[in-house]
Amino acid sequence: MNFKIKNKMADAKAMDRTITRLAHEIIEKCKGIENIAMIGIRTRGEYLAERLVAKIEKIEGVKLPLGILDVVMYRDDFRTKHKLPTIEVTHIPFDVDNKILVLVDDVIYTGRTVRAALDALIDFGRPARIQLAVLVDRGHREMPIKPDYVGKNFPTAPGEEVRVLVKEVDNEDGIQLVEEER
Amino acid sequence: MNLSIKHLYGLEGVPKEDIQAILSTAFSFREVLERPVKKVPTLQGVTVVNLFFEPSTRTRISFELAEKRLSADTVNFSASSSSLSKGESLKDTIQNIFAMKIDVVVMRHPVPGSVKLLSQFVDAVVINAGDGTHEHPTQALLDMMSLQEKVGDMEGMNVAIVGDIRHSRVALSNIHGLKTMGANVMVCGPPTFIPVGIESLGVKVTYQLEEALEFADAINVLRIQRERQGTGLIPSLREYRNLYGITRERLDRLSKPITVLHPGPMNRGVEIDSDIADGEHAIILHQVLNGVASRMAVLFLLAGAK
Repeated sequence: MNFKIKNKMADAKAMDRTITRLAHEIIEKCKGIENIAMIGIRTRGEYLAERLVAKIEKIEGVKLPLGILDVVMYRDDFRTKHKLPTIEVTHIPFDVDNKILVLVDDVIYTGRTVRAALDALIDFGRPARIQLAVLVDRGHREMPIKPDYVGKNFPTAPGEEVRVLVKEVDNEDGIQLVEEER
Repeated sequence: MNLSIKHLYGLEGVPKEDIQAILSTAFSFREVLERPVKKVPTLQGVTVVNLFFEPSTRTRISFELAEKRLSADTVNFSASSSSLSKGESLKDTIQNIFAMKIDVVVMRHPVPGSVKLLSQFVDAVVINAGDGTHEHPTQALLDMMSLQEKVGDMEGMNVAIVGDIRHSRVALSNIHGLKTMGANVMVCGPPTFIPVGIESLGVKVTYQLEEALEFADAINVLRIQRERQGTGLIPSLREYRNLYGITRERLDRLSKPITVLHPGPMNRGVEIDSDIADGEHAIILHQVLNGVASRMAVLFLLAGAK
């Protein structure tokens, strides 16, 4: 499948502003940063979570614990797909019991990734609360899941996809709307 | 990623990319084994039968744990308590089991090639857990995983396999796997334990343990199969120990670090001294943990792609 870029929705600067706002919202809603830990969902959620941790450190002077979660083992669709996904290492270097976990992902779409992530987190212990932060909400939910923090709302049409680029993987930051080429 | 193989008969001919994929997936699964809840739903709804026609503790428990950690349903079969003792043929036994809708079969059998034969009359993923003196691929995978973890990249690594090479499926699988990964392999043992023509697999041969130790970054010490005692291949266990036993004294003479693997079960005081087995050189218990993880990886990559 080939995709062509339809629209550049945010450049590096705009994306950085959005992340800054999300960081403030998290601090505000949690009334401080006590007991919060960030969990980035691989691949791009990991880098967004890293940035949120850095922003919050700048604002509050405290570095939040950061975990990385790979949800492939919990997905409901890997056996219906043509190609097996690669399983990467999950790394949560702290005790999740009684913590407020902020799950971070780049784009929320059907909600199935988040469903898998919730199942995975429960296997690590009993967090006090789990919240969800996403950079982009592109609609079309198939599960009763709603993010607590949304960077941008981009309702998409069938055949369209939202790509979040991070410089660690894609050599640049930005958000793009892409369309399947037929 | 999908493997190019559909079954795991052995490591002979398995491409490097497949081995790398299995090892990296295994490292990801090992993290699961350290969680409070050591189970993931990845293979929910997949049924695995463990067919063991030969005694086994470690491999069988390891496979069964790997299956359970992935939420597969497991059925165990051992030859001693089955209808085989009533005279049923292997083919009939297996076809009966498969009529019950099985997705994966893990088999250990004393006859070389039996695992490959099995795949011809069942429609399931087949995994070799040891077929006679032929191959034991998951053991070699866990050995390689442990080497990669403790020693580093296998490209250019020198690995010596010491002991009864001739009767060892562990040795053959290790040779195939290690050669594919770019390691240099030397086999060492008394001439009666070295099969004729083994050089054609691209391995060096020595009958002197000192030479193997000098060569190696890591040694894989094979078990002396006591059941083969009295067949005239070695004069006595004591003589074997004197010439080929891995002892503190021998390792202390080396001017470099060396890593010691053993596939188990160990004959302490014969091929390996307790001092070494429990000491700083040995990674034997890592091998056991990595065994579960690498079997999870094989099960996921083969059964998940079915």
